[in-house]
Amino acid sequence: MGNPNVGKSVIFSRLTGVRVIVSNYPGTTVSYTRGETKLGEDTAEVIDVPGTYTLEPTSEAEEVALGMLRTGDVVVNVVNATNLERNLYLTLQLLEKGVPVVVALNMWDDTKHLGIDINLDKLRELLGVPVVPTVAVTGEGIKELVENIPKATSPRLPVRSRDERWAAVGSIIDQVQHVTHRHHTWRESLSDASVKPLSGGIMALVVLAVSFIVVRFIGEGLIGYVFDPLFNNLWAPVLMRLSELLQGGGFLHNIVIGRLIGGEVDFLQSFGLLSSGLYIPFAVVLPYVVSFYLVLSLLEDVGYLPRLAVMVDTLMHRLGLHGYAIIPTLLGLGCNVPAVLATRILESKRERFIAATLISIAIPCAALQAMIFGLVGARGAQYVVIVYGTLFLVWIILGVILRLSVRGFTPELLIEIPPYRLPQWRAMLQKLWMRVYGFLAEAIPIILGAVLVINILYFLGVFEAIANFTAPLITNFLGLPKEAVTAVVIGFLRKDVALGMLAPLALSTKQLVVGSVVLAMFFPCVATFVVLLRELGVVNMLKSTGIMIAAALITGGILNLVL
Amino acid sequence: MRPGQSGIVVQLQGGHGLVNRLSALGIIPGKRITKISSTLMRGPVTVEVDRARVAIGFGMASRILVQLDKGPTK
Repeated sequence: MGNPNVGKSVIFSRLTGVRVIVSNYPGTTVSYTRGETKLGEDTAEVIDVPGTYTLEPTSEAEEVALGMLRTGDVVVNVVNATNLERNLYLTLQLLEKGVPVVVALNMWDDTKHLGIDINLDKLRELLGVPVVPTVAVTGEGIKELVENIPKATSPRLPVRSRDERWAAVGSIIDQVQHVTHRHHTWRESLSDASVKPLSGGIMALVVLAVSFIVVRFIGEGLIGYVFDPLFNNLWAPVLMRLSELLQGGGFLHNIVIGRLIGGEVDFLQSFGLLSSGLYIPFAVVLPYVVSFYLVLSLLEDVGYLPRLAVMVDTLMHRLGLHGYAIIPTLLGLGCNVPAVLATRILESKRERFIAATLISIAIPCAALQAMIFGLVGARGAQYVVIVYGTLFLVWIILGVILRLSVRGFTPELLIEIPPYRLPQWRAMLQKLWMRVYGFLAEAIPIILGAVLVINILYFLGVFEAIANFTAPLITNFLGLPKEAVTAVVIGFLRKDVALGMLAPLALSTKQLVVGSVVLAMFFPCVATFVVLLRELGVVNMLKSTGIMIAAALITGGILNLVL
Repeated sequence: MRPGQSGIVVQLQGGHGLVNRLSALGIIPGKRITKISSTLMRGPVTVEVDRARVAIGFGMASRILVQLDKGPTK
């Protein structure tokens, strides 16, 4: 356990070898992870928990940490050595609980160049528990930490009031810590600039613009130079051979390869398991997933995100949120599932409801965005701008409506801003790999399943029935052909495949724009649906879903009229 | 308080919840804090306390009473 952003997850990773996502901002870990480590002959279970400043929780994530405390035999209290004073408050609270504690004094290397001198022996004596200096990112001190875990003890300090505890912290600090003055480093100056109104605003715009350009550049590069040539030059001939073997048509042919367009396999329109079923995840979506998470990981590890939260705080308050909600929102641009989970860092239920609803309505995930770039982008960049502009407007307007209609208040922003750090390349690439692997493992079975189901349902004529049933709404109100409803249905499984289903329909550009927006907003995919249910509860999830359907239909209708 | 100025926290004017949240981040009476910056339109204020930077919503920040190094007022 320990304060937020002190490196608990890095230590956990070092102890157990279990890979967890680590970043440079408070609130990266919102849930617990279990792992195992060897303590001499025995194996011990290690649990990584979210950070907390005190044992009085102020958010869902902190409650998770507190809940776990009750189940633990030994607490490894990770402490930020460069900010001993604030961290020791939690340490003292833990010592009062009577659980055996061992303290890991992390970021020990930073104390030297910050001019902080800590008397370790004295600290051990005053706390009465083992204290081990560590540098988790390099692995320094981890062995000593493991050796000291069995020696963990609890001095069972008397329970004190808050003020008494702070006084005790002050007296310990006076005895063990000596700080020499030093000058501002360039990183600190940059840090100051990024939260000042003018320079901070410009920086925020530049960072977001550059991020967007880099994501597109890498994404398009991967598609244009790697995946498209692979599919077109190597895979297409294989499929054509297979098509001949299957006599160019029939039920099996339609499922495996799909319909041939002009005698050729068309990876976006054929819709067979081995054509579109592989092309969509690998050649359309994967490149953007890689490039998006590369840029996001960089921003996370450098420590820019909390500063962005400060800059957008005023705007976010208009939406009934505070600035920190921008972090789950940005995560949502990758995938809505971790984004909804990340809303646990927000303090009130109301904020969590608003944030989760806005994310699942107006924030398209990377997979869907890749399809929007691919399909809508082919008709012209201005149409992509229309899709994004509409979603952004919906985000703002719906936010304002929710702020005015959902009862409760939004607490003010109160966050710690971590120092800028140079990213650890190894850790960053590992995080990128975890996320990309997570995408592949989760998305590909569902995509293939969806393609299979679509083909079978087509064959059985089920879609025809649904399409006829909902035709008035879809055709009159949204101006889409009635077949588009199948896409909306499949959108529940995966939105990228759903958007892909619009490709063979020969839609006009306007219809494609309306279709993309409606699909993006309409219903969360099944994975998001499940997390929403878990995180918000049945009633709020139903409310959230109701808002989604209404908002999607209204927006689609308006777009249909305006464009 | 202007950006760059520092002073000693005298009092936290607010309820239990406010005092709890601020003190969790090390903002307690007797502590030296430095204002780094504020943002437009009553946006959050960034301060430095114990070498850590903390961003605080405007309303909350205005309840932190500070004795400036030269002369009082907030």
